[in-house]
Amino acid sequence: MAQELYQLTCHELHDLLKSKKVSAREIVQSFIDRISAVEDKVKAFVTVTPEIALEQAAAVDEAIAKGEEIDPLAGIPGAIKDNMSTRGVLTTCSSKILYNYKPVYDCTVVERLKDQSYVMIGKTNLDEFAMGSSTENSGFFTTHNPWNLETVPGGSSGGSAAAVAADECAFALGSDTGGSIRQPASFCGVVGMKPTYGRVSRYGLVAFASSLDQIGPITKDVTDCAIVMNAICGKDPRDSTSLDVPVPDFTKSLVADVKGIRIGIPKEFFAQGTDPDVENAVRNAIDVLIKLGADAKEISMPSVDYGLAVYYIIAPAECSSNLARYDGVRYGLRSKDARDVISMFRQTREEGFGAEVKQRIMIGTYALSAGYYDAYYLKAQKVRTLLRRDFEKAFEECDVLISPTSPTVAFKIGERADDPFAMKLADVCTIPVNLAGTPGISIPCGYKNGLPIGLQIMAKGLDEETLIRVAYTFEQNTDYHLRKPSL
Amino acid sequence: MRLTKEDIESVAHLSRLELSEEEKDKLTGHINKLLENFEKLQELDTTDVEPTSHVIPVANVFREDVVCPSLSIEDVVANGPQVTDNCFVVPRVVET
Repeated sequence: MAQELYQLTCHELHDLLKSKKVSAREIVQSFIDRISAVEDKVKAFVTVTPEIALEQAAAVDEAIAKGEEIDPLAGIPGAIKDNMSTRGVLTTCSSKILYNYKPVYDCTVVERLKDQSYVMIGKTNLDEFAMGSSTENSGFFTTHNPWNLETVPGGSSGGSAAAVAADECAFALGSDTGGSIRQPASFCGVVGMKPTYGRVSRYGLVAFASSLDQIGPITKDVTDCAIVMNAICGKDPRDSTSLDVPVPDFTKSLVADVKGIRIGIPKEFFAQGTDPDVENAVRNAIDVLIKLGADAKEISMPSVDYGLAVYYIIAPAECSSNLARYDGVRYGLRSKDARDVISMFRQTREEGFGAEVKQRIMIGTYALSAGYYDAYYLKAQKVRTLLRRDFEKAFEECDVLISPTSPTVAFKIGERADDPFAMKLADVCTIPVNLAGTPGISIPCGYKNGLPIGLQIMAKGLDEETLIRVAYTFEQNTDYHLRKPSL
Repeated sequence: MRLTKEDIESVAHLSRLELSEEEKDKLTGHINKLLENFEKLQELDTTDVEPTSHVIPVANVFREDVVCPSLSIEDVVANGPQVTDNCFVVPRVVET
Protein backbone atom coordinates (compact mmCIF):
# COMPACT_ATOMS: atom_id res chain seq x y z
CA MET A 1 0.00 0.00 0.00
CA ALA A 2 1.31 3.39 -0.95
CA GLN A 3 -0.21 5.12 2.05
CA GLU A 4 0.34 4.41 5.72
CA LEU A 5 -2.73 3.26 7.67
CA TYR A 6 -2.64 6.36 9.88
CA GLN A 7 -3.12 8.58 6.83
CA LEU A 8 -6.44 7.02 5.87
CA THR A 9 -9.96 8.23 6.59
CA CYS A 10 -12.41 6.38 8.83
CA HIS A 11 -14.35 5.04 5.85
CA GLU A 12 -11.18 3.79 4.12
CA LEU A 13 -10.06 2.06 7.33
CA HIS A 14 -13.53 0.55 7.75
CA ASP A 15 -13.40 -0.93 4.24
CA LEU A 16 -9.99 -2.48 4.96
CA LEU A 17 -11.27 -3.94 8.24
CA LYS A 18 -14.42 -5.32 6.69
CA SER A 19 -12.56 -6.98 3.86
CA LYS A 20 -10.10 -8.37 6.46
CA LYS A 21 -7.13 -6.78 4.71
CA VAL A 22 -5.94 -5.35 8.03
CA SER A 23 -6.77 -5.96 11.67
CA ALA A 24 -7.92 -3.36 14.19
CA ARG A 25 -4.71 -4.08 16.09
CA GLU A 26 -2.61 -3.14 13.06
CA ILE A 27 -4.59 0.07 12.63
CA VAL A 28 -4.20 1.05 16.26
CA GLN A 29 -0.49 0.20 16.28
CA SER A 30 0.00 2.40 13.22
CA PHE A 31 -1.53 5.37 15.04
CA ILE A 32 0.41 4.66 18.25
CA ASP A 33 3.64 4.67 16.23
CA ARG A 34 2.59 7.86 14.47
CA ILE A 35 1.93 9.56 17.81
CA SER A 36 5.39 8.48 19.03
CA ALA A 37 6.92 9.98 15.90
CA VAL A 38 5.26 13.42 15.80
CA GLU A 39 3.65 14.19 19.15
CA ASP A 40 6.79 15.88 20.52
CA LYS A 41 6.41 18.51 17.82
CA VAL A 42 2.61 18.85 17.74
CA LYS A 43 1.69 18.37 21.42
CA ALA A 44 -1.97 17.67 20.63
CA PHE A 45 -2.67 15.34 23.55
CA VAL A 46 -3.02 15.86 27.29
CA THR A 47 -3.30 12.09 27.75
CA VAL A 48 -2.53 9.28 25.28
CA THR A 49 -4.27 5.96 25.97
CA PRO A 50 -2.46 3.22 23.98
CA GLU A 51 -3.35 0.42 26.42
CA ILE A 52 -7.07 1.18 26.24
CA ALA A 53 -6.82 1.47 22.46
CA LEU A 54 -5.13 -1.92 22.04
CA GLU A 55 -7.64 -3.56 24.36
CA GLN A 56 -10.59 -2.09 22.44
CA ALA A 57 -8.95 -3.14 19.15
CA ALA A 58 -8.58 -6.73 20.36
CA ALA A 59 -12.32 -6.88 21.05
CA VAL A 60 -13.06 -5.64 17.52
CA ASP A 61 -10.71 -8.20 15.97
CA GLU A 62 -12.44 -10.90 17.98
CA ALA A 63 -15.85 -9.78 16.69
CA ILE A 64 -14.58 -9.78 13.11
CA ALA A 65 -13.08 -13.25 13.57
CA LYS A 66 -16.48 -14.48 14.74
CA GLY A 67 -17.99 -13.16 11.53
CA GLU A 68 -19.98 -10.38 13.24
CA GLU A 69 -21.07 -7.29 11.33
CA ILE A 70 -19.08 -4.26 12.49
CA ASP A 71 -20.24 -0.65 12.79
CA PRO A 72 -18.63 2.11 10.68
CA LEU A 73 -16.43 3.34 13.57
CA ALA A 74 -15.52 -0.09 15.01
CA GLY A 75 -11.79 -0.34 15.49
CA ILE A 76 -11.25 3.26 14.33
CA PRO A 77 -8.99 5.40 16.57
CA GLY A 78 -10.64 8.61 17.72
CA ALA A 79 -9.40 11.41 19.96
CA ILE A 80 -11.65 13.07 22.51
CA LYS A 81 -11.33 16.70 23.59
CA ASP A 82 -10.32 16.77 27.22
CA ASN A 83 -13.51 18.49 28.35
CA MET A 84 -15.62 15.37 27.68
CA SER A 85 -15.96 12.96 30.58
CA THR A 86 -14.31 9.58 30.07
CA ARG A 87 -14.75 7.01 32.81
CA GLY A 88 -11.51 6.29 34.63
CA VAL A 89 -9.45 8.45 32.24
CA LEU A 90 -8.16 11.91 33.22
CA THR A 91 -10.46 14.71 32.07
CA THR A 92 -8.70 17.97 32.85
CA CYS A 93 -10.29 20.63 30.61
CA SER A 94 -6.60 21.65 30.34
CA SER A 95 -7.04 23.34 33.71
CA LYS A 96 -4.87 23.02 36.79
CA ILE A 97 -8.06 22.99 38.85
CA LEU A 98 -8.92 19.56 37.36
CA TYR A 99 -5.34 18.27 37.02
CA ASN A 100 -6.19 14.93 38.71
CA TYR A 101 -9.88 14.53 37.87
CA LYS A 102 -10.98 11.07 36.69
CA PRO A 103 -14.71 10.99 35.89
CA VAL A 104 -16.72 8.06 37.20
CA TYR A 105 -18.98 8.02 34.14
CA ASP A 106 -18.74 8.48 30.37
CA CYS A 107 -20.35 11.39 28.57
CA THR A 108 -23.16 10.36 26.21
CA VAL A 109 -21.18 10.93 23.00
CA VAL A 110 -18.39 8.63 24.23
CA GLU A 111 -20.99 6.03 25.22
CA ARG A 112 -22.38 6.24 21.70
CA LEU A 113 -18.94 5.86 20.12
CA LYS A 114 -18.31 2.88 22.41
CA ASP A 115 -21.60 1.37 21.20
CA GLN A 116 -19.93 1.34 17.78
CA SER A 117 -16.74 -0.16 19.33
CA TYR A 118 -14.57 2.84 18.43
CA VAL A 119 -11.06 2.96 19.84
CA MET A 120 -10.01 5.80 22.17
CA ILE A 121 -6.48 6.88 21.34
CA GLY A 122 -6.31 9.83 23.76
CA LYS A 123 -7.63 13.09 25.18
CA THR A 124 -6.75 16.32 23.40
CA ASN A 125 -5.51 19.70 24.56
CA LEU A 126 -7.72 22.80 24.60
CA ASP A 127 -7.80 26.35 25.84
CA GLU A 128 -8.64 26.03 29.53
CA PHE A 129 -12.35 25.16 29.85
CA ALA A 130 -12.64 25.82 26.08
CA MET A 131 -12.11 29.56 26.56
CA GLY A 132 -9.84 30.76 23.80
CA SER A 133 -8.97 30.60 20.13
CA SER A 134 -5.42 29.19 20.01
CA THR A 135 -4.79 26.64 22.84
CA GLU A 136 -2.39 29.25 24.28
CA ASN A 137 -4.77 29.47 27.26
CA SER A 138 -4.25 25.79 28.09
CA GLY A 139 -3.15 25.41 31.69
CA PHE A 140 -0.48 22.91 30.56
CA PHE A 141 1.06 23.72 27.15
CA THR A 142 0.33 25.13 23.71
CA THR A 143 -0.45 22.81 20.78
CA HIS A 144 1.40 23.50 17.53
CA ASN A 145 -0.17 23.68 14.09
CA PRO A 146 1.07 20.69 12.03
CA TRP A 147 1.24 22.90 8.91
CA ASN A 148 3.71 25.27 10.56
CA LEU A 149 4.87 24.49 14.07
CA GLU A 150 5.42 28.17 14.86
CA THR A 151 1.72 28.93 14.42
CA VAL A 152 -1.29 28.14 16.59
CA PRO A 153 -3.70 25.32 15.69
CA GLY A 154 -6.67 27.54 16.56
CA GLY A 155 -8.94 26.82 19.47
CA SER A 156 -10.37 25.91 21.65
CA SER A 157 -10.45 22.39 20.11
CA GLY A 158 -6.89 22.95 18.82
CA GLY A 159 -5.63 19.62 20.13
CA SER A 160 -8.39 17.71 18.34
CA ALA A 161 -7.89 19.57 15.04
CA ALA A 162 -4.09 19.26 15.17
CA ALA A 163 -4.33 15.54 16.02
CA VAL A 164 -6.52 14.92 12.95
CA ALA A 165 -4.31 17.07 10.68
CA ALA A 166 -1.13 15.35 11.95
CA ASP A 167 -2.70 11.89 11.39
CA GLU A 168 -2.42 11.09 15.09
CA CYS A 169 -6.03 9.87 15.04
CA ALA A 170 -8.57 9.03 12.35
CA PHE A 171 -11.18 11.43 13.72
CA ALA A 172 -11.77 13.55 16.80
CA LEU A 173 -14.56 15.14 18.78
CA GLY A 174 -14.51 18.83 19.61
CA SER A 175 -16.92 21.21 21.29
CA ASP A 176 -17.99 24.53 19.82
CA THR A 177 -19.28 27.46 21.91
CA GLY A 178 -18.24 30.34 19.63
CA GLY A 179 -16.33 28.54 16.88
CA SER A 180 -14.16 26.11 18.82
CA ILE A 181 -14.63 23.27 16.30
CA ARG A 182 -14.81 25.22 13.03
CA GLN A 183 -12.02 27.75 13.61
CA PRO A 184 -9.31 25.19 14.54
CA ALA A 185 -10.56 22.92 11.71
CA SER A 186 -10.00 25.91 9.41
CA PHE A 187 -6.49 26.63 10.78
CA CYS A 188 -5.50 22.94 10.51
CA GLY A 189 -7.03 22.21 7.08
CA VAL A 190 -9.56 19.60 8.21
CA VAL A 191 -13.36 19.28 8.32
CA GLY A 192 -15.20 20.45 11.44
CA MET A 193 -18.92 20.65 12.06
CA LYS A 194 -20.95 22.33 14.76
CA PRO A 195 -24.36 20.67 14.65
CA THR A 196 -27.65 22.43 15.43
CA TYR A 197 -27.97 23.26 19.13
CA GLY A 198 -29.72 20.25 20.68
CA ARG A 199 -28.71 17.72 17.99
CA VAL A 200 -26.05 16.18 20.22
CA SER A 201 -26.34 15.45 23.93
CA ARG A 202 -24.17 17.60 26.18
CA TYR A 203 -24.41 15.14 29.08
CA GLY A 204 -20.89 14.71 30.45
CA LEU A 205 -19.46 17.62 28.45
CA VAL A 206 -17.96 19.93 31.07
CA ALA A 207 -20.17 23.00 30.77
CA PHE A 208 -18.79 26.37 29.63
CA ALA A 209 -21.79 28.32 28.24
CA SER A 210 -24.75 25.99 28.26
CA SER A 211 -26.96 27.84 25.77
CA LEU A 212 -24.15 27.81 23.18
CA ASP A 213 -22.05 24.64 23.72
CA GLN A 214 -22.40 21.86 21.17
CA ILE A 215 -20.26 18.77 20.46
CA GLY A 216 -19.32 17.86 16.90
CA PRO A 217 -16.89 15.94 14.68
CA ILE A 218 -13.46 16.92 13.35
CA THR A 219 -12.51 14.67 10.43
CA LYS A 220 -10.30 14.28 7.36
CA ASP A 221 -13.17 14.51 4.89
CA VAL A 222 -16.91 15.20 4.64
CA THR A 223 -17.81 11.50 4.39
CA ASP A 224 -16.24 10.87 7.80
CA CYS A 225 -18.09 13.91 9.17
CA ALA A 226 -21.40 12.29 8.15
CA ILE A 227 -20.34 8.95 9.66
CA VAL A 228 -19.43 10.50 13.04
CA MET A 229 -22.62 12.60 13.01
CA ASN A 230 -24.63 9.39 12.56
CA ALA A 231 -22.94 7.98 15.65
CA ILE A 232 -23.34 10.92 18.05
CA CYS A 233 -26.66 12.64 17.26
CA GLY A 234 -30.01 12.02 18.92
CA LYS A 235 -32.21 12.61 21.93
CA ASP A 236 -30.73 11.78 25.33
CA PRO A 237 -33.01 11.70 28.39
CA ARG A 238 -30.06 12.95 30.50
CA ASP A 239 -29.84 16.24 28.55
CA SER A 240 -33.21 17.96 28.56
CA THR A 241 -32.00 20.37 25.84
CA SER A 242 -31.28 17.55 23.41
CA LEU A 243 -33.90 17.55 20.69
CA ASP A 244 -36.45 14.79 20.30
CA VAL A 245 -36.43 14.84 16.50
CA PRO A 246 -35.64 12.10 13.99
CA VAL A 247 -31.95 11.81 13.07
CA PRO A 248 -31.49 11.27 9.34
CA ASP A 249 -28.81 8.98 7.91
CA PHE A 250 -26.33 11.75 7.10
CA THR A 251 -24.38 9.53 4.69
CA LYS A 252 -27.44 9.74 2.37
CA SER A 253 -26.54 13.43 1.92
CA LEU A 254 -23.15 12.58 0.44
CA VAL A 255 -24.41 13.58 -2.99
CA ALA A 256 -22.22 15.62 -5.33
CA ASP A 257 -24.93 17.89 -6.67
CA VAL A 258 -25.71 21.53 -5.87
CA LYS A 259 -28.01 22.32 -8.78
CA GLY A 260 -30.58 24.86 -7.67
CA ILE A 261 -28.97 25.42 -4.25
CA ARG A 262 -29.37 29.08 -3.27
CA ILE A 263 -26.22 30.49 -1.66
CA GLY A 264 -26.31 33.69 0.38
CA ILE A 265 -23.10 35.69 0.78
CA PRO A 266 -23.62 37.87 3.88
CA LYS A 267 -21.41 40.93 3.46
CA GLU A 268 -21.01 41.45 7.21
CA PHE A 269 -18.98 38.22 7.38
CA PHE A 270 -16.34 39.77 5.11
CA ALA A 271 -15.89 42.83 7.30
CA GLN A 272 -12.85 44.61 8.65
CA GLY A 273 -9.74 42.54 9.19
CA THR A 274 -10.47 39.90 6.55
CA ASP A 275 -7.25 38.87 4.80
CA PRO A 276 -7.77 39.56 1.03
CA ASP A 277 -6.25 36.16 0.22
CA VAL A 278 -8.78 34.47 2.50
CA GLU A 279 -11.61 36.43 0.88
CA ASN A 280 -10.37 35.45 -2.60
CA ALA A 281 -10.21 31.77 -1.70
CA VAL A 282 -13.76 31.91 -0.34
CA ARG A 283 -15.08 33.75 -3.42
CA ASN A 284 -13.32 31.23 -5.67
CA ALA A 285 -15.00 28.43 -3.75
CA ILE A 286 -18.39 30.07 -4.30
CA ASP A 287 -17.56 30.30 -8.02
CA VAL A 288 -16.82 26.57 -8.05
CA LEU A 289 -20.28 25.91 -6.61
CA ILE A 290 -21.91 28.32 -9.09
CA LYS A 291 -20.24 26.50 -11.98
CA LEU A 292 -21.72 23.29 -10.60
CA GLY A 293 -25.22 24.75 -10.75
CA ALA A 294 -25.75 26.72 -7.54
CA ASP A 295 -27.08 30.29 -7.47
CA ALA A 296 -25.47 32.92 -5.29
CA LYS A 297 -26.33 36.43 -4.19
CA GLU A 298 -25.00 39.02 -1.74
CA ILE A 299 -27.18 39.59 1.29
CA SER A 300 -26.98 41.72 4.44
CA MET A 301 -27.35 40.63 8.06
CA PRO A 302 -26.80 43.87 9.99
CA SER A 303 -27.01 42.36 13.52
CA VAL A 304 -23.96 40.21 12.81
CA ASP A 305 -21.81 43.27 13.55
CA TYR A 306 -22.95 43.01 17.18
CA GLY A 307 -22.20 39.28 17.50
CA LEU A 308 -18.87 39.62 19.32
CA ALA A 309 -20.27 42.02 21.92
CA VAL A 310 -23.34 39.83 22.54
CA TYR A 311 -21.18 36.73 22.83
CA TYR A 312 -18.72 38.31 25.26
CA ILE A 313 -21.59 39.11 27.61
CA ILE A 314 -23.64 35.91 27.32
CA ALA A 315 -20.79 33.36 27.32
CA PRO A 316 -19.01 34.82 30.39
CA ALA A 317 -22.34 35.20 32.22
CA GLU A 318 -23.11 31.52 31.72
CA CYS A 319 -19.51 30.52 32.48
CA SER A 320 -19.44 32.47 35.75
CA SER A 321 -22.37 30.37 36.89
CA ASN A 322 -21.14 27.03 35.47
CA LEU A 323 -17.65 27.38 36.94
CA ALA A 324 -18.92 28.13 40.44
CA ARG A 325 -18.74 24.36 41.07
CA TYR A 326 -14.92 24.39 41.21
CA ASP A 327 -14.50 25.09 44.88
CA GLY A 328 -12.04 22.45 46.05
CA VAL A 329 -14.69 20.42 47.88
CA ARG A 330 -15.70 17.48 45.69
CA TYR A 331 -12.97 17.08 43.07
CA GLY A 332 -9.82 18.57 41.63
CA LEU A 333 -7.42 20.96 43.26
CA ARG A 334 -7.75 22.20 46.83
CA SER A 335 -5.49 24.97 48.05
CA LYS A 336 -3.33 24.07 50.99
CA ASP A 337 -3.44 27.66 52.28
CA ALA A 338 -7.07 27.60 53.41
CA ARG A 339 -7.82 29.19 56.79
CA ASP A 340 -11.59 28.87 56.57
CA VAL A 341 -14.12 27.70 54.04
CA ILE A 342 -14.40 31.00 52.12
CA SER A 343 -10.63 31.36 51.85
CA MET A 344 -10.50 27.74 50.66
CA PHE A 345 -12.85 28.62 47.79
CA ARG A 346 -10.98 31.82 46.97
CA GLN A 347 -7.46 30.38 47.18
CA THR A 348 -8.34 27.20 45.30
CA ARG A 349 -9.87 29.17 42.45
CA GLU A 350 -7.00 31.66 42.43
CA GLU A 351 -4.41 28.87 42.15
CA GLY A 352 -6.42 26.62 39.82
CA PHE A 353 -7.78 28.99 37.14
CA GLY A 354 -5.71 30.74 34.48
CA ALA A 355 -5.93 34.44 33.56
CA GLU A 356 -8.50 34.13 30.75
CA VAL A 357 -10.87 32.01 32.82
CA LYS A 358 -10.65 34.44 35.75
CA GLN A 359 -11.33 37.36 33.44
CA ARG A 360 -14.44 35.71 32.00
CA ILE A 361 -15.75 34.74 35.43
CA MET A 362 -15.28 38.36 36.52
CA ILE A 363 -17.04 39.83 33.46
CA GLY A 364 -19.89 37.36 33.79
CA THR A 365 -20.33 37.97 37.49
CA TYR A 366 -20.35 41.72 36.90
CA ALA A 367 -22.80 41.50 33.96
CA LEU A 368 -25.21 39.47 36.09
CA SER A 369 -24.87 41.56 39.25
CA ALA A 370 -27.69 43.69 40.61
CA GLY A 371 -27.94 47.03 38.83
CA TYR A 372 -26.11 45.95 35.67
CA TYR A 373 -28.20 42.95 34.59
CA ASP A 374 -30.53 44.98 32.36
CA ALA A 375 -27.78 47.03 30.73
CA TYR A 376 -25.62 44.06 29.82
CA TYR A 377 -27.12 40.59 30.07
CA LEU A 378 -30.72 41.41 29.19
CA LYS A 379 -29.63 43.77 26.41
CA ALA A 380 -27.37 41.07 24.98
CA GLN A 381 -30.19 38.52 25.06
CA LYS A 382 -32.43 40.96 23.15
CA VAL A 383 -29.78 41.60 20.51
CA ARG A 384 -29.39 37.83 20.29
CA THR A 385 -33.05 37.75 19.24
CA LEU A 386 -32.32 40.30 16.48
CA LEU A 387 -29.46 38.16 15.30
CA ARG A 388 -31.64 35.05 15.19
CA ARG A 389 -34.18 36.99 13.14
CA ASP A 390 -31.46 37.96 10.65
CA PHE A 391 -30.65 34.27 10.20
CA GLU A 392 -34.32 33.33 9.85
CA LYS A 393 -34.80 36.02 7.23
CA ALA A 394 -31.67 34.95 5.33
CA PHE A 395 -32.83 31.33 5.24
CA GLU A 396 -36.18 32.37 3.76
CA GLU A 397 -34.35 33.17 0.53
CA CYS A 398 -31.18 31.05 0.80
CA ASP A 399 -30.48 27.38 1.45
CA VAL A 400 -26.97 28.00 2.74
CA LEU A 401 -24.81 30.96 3.69
CA ILE A 402 -21.10 30.98 2.88
CA SER A 403 -18.28 32.97 4.50
CA PRO A 404 -14.69 32.57 5.64
CA THR A 405 -14.48 30.43 8.79
CA SER A 406 -11.97 32.88 10.23
CA PRO A 407 -10.79 36.22 8.79
CA THR A 408 -7.17 35.02 8.57
CA VAL A 409 -5.06 31.87 8.43
CA ALA A 410 -3.32 30.57 11.58
CA PHE A 411 -1.32 33.26 13.38
CA LYS A 412 2.04 32.93 15.11
CA ILE A 413 2.21 31.59 18.65
CA GLY A 414 2.40 34.56 21.03
CA GLU A 415 1.39 37.11 18.39
CA ARG A 416 -2.05 37.86 19.79
CA ALA A 417 -1.61 36.61 23.34
CA ASP A 418 -1.52 40.08 24.91
CA ASP A 419 -4.29 41.59 22.85
CA PRO A 420 -7.55 39.98 23.94
CA PHE A 421 -9.49 41.75 21.25
CA ALA A 422 -7.30 40.65 18.32
CA MET A 423 -7.59 37.10 19.60
CA LYS A 424 -11.37 37.29 19.73
CA LEU A 425 -11.58 38.52 16.12
CA ALA A 426 -10.54 35.02 15.03
CA ASP A 427 -14.07 33.94 16.00
CA VAL A 428 -16.01 36.83 14.48
CA CYS A 429 -17.47 34.67 11.65
CA THR A 430 -18.30 31.64 13.77
CA ILE A 431 -19.87 33.24 16.87
CA PRO A 432 -23.14 34.37 15.19
CA VAL A 433 -23.92 30.73 14.32
CA ASN A 434 -23.74 29.68 17.98
CA LEU A 435 -25.92 32.61 19.00
CA ALA A 436 -28.52 31.57 16.40
CA GLY A 437 -28.23 27.88 17.36
CA THR A 438 -27.89 26.86 13.71
CA PRO A 439 -25.39 24.38 12.20
CA GLY A 440 -22.13 25.27 10.47
CA ILE A 441 -19.26 23.40 8.87
CA SER A 442 -15.71 24.38 7.97
CA ILE A 443 -13.91 22.69 5.08
CA PRO A 444 -10.54 23.52 3.50
CA CYS A 445 -10.76 25.78 0.41
CA GLY A 446 -7.22 27.04 -0.17
CA TYR A 447 -3.79 27.78 1.27
CA LYS A 448 -1.80 30.91 2.01
CA ASN A 449 1.96 30.59 2.63
CA GLY A 450 1.42 26.89 3.26
CA LEU A 451 -1.36 27.49 5.82
CA PRO A 452 -4.91 26.25 5.19
CA ILE A 453 -7.90 28.54 4.58
CA GLY A 454 -11.34 27.46 5.83
CA LEU A 455 -14.71 27.84 4.10
CA GLN A 456 -17.69 28.16 6.43
CA ILE A 457 -21.05 26.90 5.20
CA MET A 458 -24.12 27.62 7.34
CA ALA A 459 -27.66 26.27 7.09
CA LYS A 460 -30.93 26.67 8.95
CA GLY A 461 -31.58 24.75 12.16
CA LEU A 462 -31.63 20.94 11.73
CA ASP A 463 -30.55 21.15 8.10
CA GLU A 464 -27.12 19.54 8.45
CA GLU A 465 -28.09 17.44 5.42
CA THR A 466 -27.82 20.42 3.08
CA LEU A 467 -24.52 21.44 4.69
CA ILE A 468 -23.10 17.98 4.11
CA ARG A 469 -24.35 17.91 0.54
CA VAL A 470 -22.83 21.30 -0.37
CA ALA A 471 -19.57 20.56 1.46
CA TYR A 472 -19.32 17.13 -0.17
CA THR A 473 -19.94 18.58 -3.64
CA PHE A 474 -17.16 21.12 -3.17
CA GLU A 475 -14.80 18.49 -1.79
CA GLN A 476 -15.44 16.03 -4.64
CA ASN A 477 -14.68 18.74 -7.20
CA THR A 478 -11.48 20.04 -5.56
CA ASP A 479 -8.43 18.51 -3.91
CA TYR A 480 -7.69 20.82 -0.95
CA HIS A 481 -8.66 18.09 1.52
CA LEU A 482 -6.09 15.67 0.11
CA ARG A 483 -3.03 17.72 1.05
CA LYS A 484 -1.08 16.74 4.13
CA PRO A 485 1.35 18.74 6.24
CA SER A 486 4.93 17.47 6.21
CA LEU A 487 6.05 16.67 9.72
CA MET B 1 -19.32 53.49 33.35
CA ARG B 2 -15.75 52.78 34.46
CA LEU B 3 -14.84 50.19 37.05
CA THR B 4 -12.42 51.14 39.80
CA LYS B 5 -10.06 48.80 41.57
CA GLU B 6 -12.55 48.71 44.48
CA ASP B 7 -15.30 47.54 42.11
CA ILE B 8 -12.97 44.82 40.85
CA GLU B 9 -12.33 43.71 44.43
CA SER B 10 -16.03 43.43 45.16
CA VAL B 11 -16.70 41.47 41.94
CA ALA B 12 -13.71 39.24 42.80
CA HIS B 13 -15.30 38.47 46.14
CA LEU B 14 -18.63 37.64 44.50
CA SER B 15 -16.66 35.40 42.11
CA ARG B 16 -14.77 33.78 45.02
CA LEU B 17 -11.41 34.72 43.53
CA GLU B 18 -8.43 35.78 45.64
CA LEU B 19 -6.71 38.07 43.13
CA SER B 20 -3.16 39.36 43.46
CA GLU B 21 -2.57 43.12 43.25
CA GLU B 22 -1.06 42.68 39.81
CA GLU B 23 -4.08 40.71 38.60
CA LYS B 24 -6.45 43.37 39.95
CA ASP B 25 -4.65 46.09 37.99
CA LYS B 26 -4.55 44.07 34.80
CA LEU B 27 -8.21 43.02 35.06
CA THR B 28 -9.35 46.59 35.72
CA GLY B 29 -7.84 47.63 32.39
CA HIS B 30 -9.08 44.60 30.44
CA ILE B 31 -12.61 44.68 31.77
CA ASN B 32 -13.01 48.40 31.19
CA LYS B 33 -11.85 47.91 27.61
CA LEU B 34 -14.44 45.19 27.07
CA LEU B 35 -17.21 47.22 28.72
CA GLU B 36 -16.45 50.09 26.32
CA ASN B 37 -16.95 47.64 23.49
CA PHE B 38 -20.29 46.51 24.92
CA GLU B 39 -21.54 50.14 24.74
CA LYS B 40 -22.00 49.49 21.03
CA LEU B 41 -25.12 47.44 21.85
CA GLN B 42 -26.89 50.57 23.12
CA GLU B 43 -27.03 51.80 19.49
CA LEU B 44 -29.74 49.24 18.82
CA ASP B 45 -33.37 49.86 19.67
CA THR B 46 -34.60 46.73 21.42
CA THR B 47 -37.89 48.01 22.79
CA ASP B 48 -40.50 45.26 22.40
CA VAL B 49 -37.82 42.68 21.50
CA GLU B 50 -38.12 39.46 23.48
CA PRO B 51 -34.83 38.24 25.00
CA THR B 52 -33.43 34.89 23.84
CA SER B 53 -32.20 32.73 26.69
CA HIS B 54 -32.29 29.52 24.68
CA VAL B 55 -32.62 29.04 20.94
CA ILE B 56 -34.94 26.10 21.30
CA PRO B 57 -38.30 26.24 23.03
CA VAL B 58 -37.35 24.41 26.23
CA ALA B 59 -39.74 23.98 29.08
CA ASN B 60 -39.45 21.90 32.22
CA VAL B 61 -39.03 18.24 31.35
CA PHE B 62 -40.86 15.86 33.63
CA ARG B 63 -40.49 12.12 34.09
CA GLU B 64 -42.01 9.53 36.36
CA ASP B 65 -40.34 9.39 39.76
CA VAL B 66 -38.92 5.90 39.50
CA VAL B 67 -35.77 4.57 41.08
CA CYS B 68 -32.96 4.07 38.56
CA PRO B 69 -29.38 2.86 39.04
CA SER B 70 -27.12 5.69 40.16
CA LEU B 71 -23.50 6.14 41.17
CA SER B 72 -22.23 4.25 44.19
CA ILE B 73 -21.19 6.32 47.20
CA GLU B 74 -17.56 5.23 46.63
CA ASP B 75 -17.71 6.62 43.09
CA VAL B 76 -19.28 9.86 44.28
CA VAL B 77 -16.46 10.61 46.71
CA ALA B 78 -13.70 9.05 44.58
CA ASN B 79 -12.32 12.41 43.46
CA GLY B 80 -12.64 14.26 46.77
CA PRO B 81 -9.47 16.10 47.88
CA GLN B 82 -10.16 15.06 51.47
CA VAL B 83 -12.63 12.29 52.33
CA THR B 84 -13.44 10.56 55.60
CA ASP B 85 -16.17 7.94 56.09
CA ASN B 86 -17.59 8.67 52.62
CA CYS B 87 -17.94 12.37 53.46
CA PHE B 88 -16.13 15.36 51.95
CA VAL B 89 -14.09 17.08 54.66
CA VAL B 90 -14.00 20.91 54.60
CA PRO B 91 -12.76 23.55 57.05
CA ARG B 92 -15.15 24.29 59.88
CA VAL B 93 -18.22 26.19 58.62
CA VAL B 94 -20.16 26.88 61.83
CA GLU B 95 -18.73 29.13 64.49
CA THR B 96 -18.21 27.69 67.93
